Amino acid sequence: MTTWADRVSPTVKAIPPSGIRRFFDIVAETKGVVSLGVGEPDFVTPWHIRESCVYGLQQGYTAYTSNYGLLELREEIVKNCVASYGVTYDPRKEALVTVGVSEALDLAMRAILSPGDEVLVPEPCYVSYKACVALAGGVPVTVPTKMADCFRVTVAQLEELVTPRTKALLIGYPNNPTGAIMSKAELEAIAAFALKHDLIVISDEIYASLTYDGTHTCFAALPGMRDRTILLNGFSKAYAMTGWRIGYALSNADFIGAMTKIHQYTMLCAPITAQVAAIEALRHGQCNMLRMVEEYNRRRRLMVDGFKTIGLDCFEPKGAFYIFPSIKQTGLSSLAFAEELLKAEKVALVPGDAFGESGEGFVRCSYASSTANLTEALTRINRFVKKYI
Amino acid sequence: MRELLELLEKDHTLTVAQLAVMLDKPQEEIAALIKQYETDKTIVKYQTIVNWEKAGADRVTAIIEVRITPQREVGFDAIAERIYRFPEVRSLYLMSGAYDLLVIVEAKTLKDAAQFVSTKLSTIEGVIGTTTHFMLKQYKEAGVILEDEEEDRRLVVSP
Repeated sequence: MTTWADRVSPTVKAIPPSGIRRFFDIVAETKGVVSLGVGEPDFVTPWHIRESCVYGLQQGYTAYTSNYGLLELREEIVKNCVASYGVTYDPRKEALVTVGVSEALDLAMRAILSPGDEVLVPEPCYVSYKACVALAGGVPVTVPTKMADCFRVTVAQLEELVTPRTKALLIGYPNNPTGAIMSKAELEAIAAFALKHDLIVISDEIYASLTYDGTHTCFAALPGMRDRTILLNGFSKAYAMTGWRIGYALSNADFIGAMTKIHQYTMLCAPITAQVAAIEALRHGQCNMLRMVEEYNRRRRLMVDGFKTIGLDCFEPKGAFYIFPSIKQTGLSSLAFAEELLKAEKVALVPGDAFGESGEGFVRCSYASSTANLTEALTRINRFVKKYI
Repeated sequence: MRELLELLEKDHTLTVAQLAVMLDKPQEEIAALIKQYETDKTIVKYQTIVNWEKAGADRVTAIIEVRITPQREVGFDAIAERIYRFPEVRSLYLMSGAYDLLVIVEAKTLKDAAQFVSTKLSTIEGVIGTTTHFMLKQYKEAGVILEDEEEDRRLVVSP
């Protein structure tokens, strides 16, 4: 007899469950944990943004919006993009407001992929990249990046894996989980590669504002890349608005039109409450955001110094709010390290293999936590690691 | 160095070693800077914010508006000094608007505060009049919300 489980779509069954989810269940059972496992800011959304949402509700902003999102918000998004990167879009046809970057990524994949199309995905990467490709009928092709290359993807690696079936390249810099960034020159090389093989580039730049070394280069702003790129960004990290679920996609009118077609049948629109708040964030949120970035940068240095003292090999992250030390010297697997550390010292972090096989041998520590918490966690990790090295 | 001062303003228990790492500067440089700031009184003092209500101590805070006649050559400063030298005076500001000085006085009881105003403050030569307000509840002090019930609601592990 067939079970209910048998009737689940084979495509869904083939996708492994999120490694983070599995580890979360273990951590949730432990009390008194110092957590470096959190992939979101420890700041609550700045008050002026929250207040604008409350005011919006009082004013009766409770209805559907255009499928594309409030025009006022799209105009602000484009204005911000022009000011930051000098690349412009038509807010009426080339901008779509989504339920977080997660939805935008899913839409992008479904809008461009035919069954069997290959997508190059540098790894370690955010947990949903490869799953979204697969759910859209595509084939994710892993491009493992290495600590020796500062976790940057190189054209040489891409050239080895590109095939006639390759349709797109999916990049996310500054990177979660490694904290790696790519320089303008490096991205220009990637752009030339995309042009040579006629690939679409999906660039997830959700951590763009959290760049600590130089300024962020927007992929779509590179010469000739605007129409070839689906640029994804949102409010979660820069404005500490994770739970609001609000993001956006910018690209040529055809791609945005196709994404909007799926969005209108599956989501209709992003929540109006979050859209109202997002307008306030873009108009008046710069000052708070810069303060947060300064604070993250100080904590980043504290963590780099901490892991250096502990004696673990660690690449210096230049963006996002993660540090990705190697734990290979301990002889433990990522998962074993995370589990044993949790048991022995009650510190939660995320095993690197949750971000793909090439994350094995590393752990992701988030420094979106208070200085006191970080200092305590480093002390405990140090005590734990000393038992192995 | 603005960043160093901002960090110390928020938390003066940070060690020189921690500050040096966070600001990416040598420890000696940070130590010297702090010493310099302490000497030239850029850093005036390190203090602790106490929630006295929680500590169970009875305290009365009065906010007093004072109108004065400025004096030749010294303006408001001479009278201001006569007022701020009293240990009961916690803060003193020169204001624009309907009155001249804003005085914050701390006392043990309402009576003590009233007595200070009537016998010490209003009798100073040049003081034309005072209006006293008593503080009922303190919500925020020096940028810190005293009873902040907003907790960390994040999941312990998330992508």
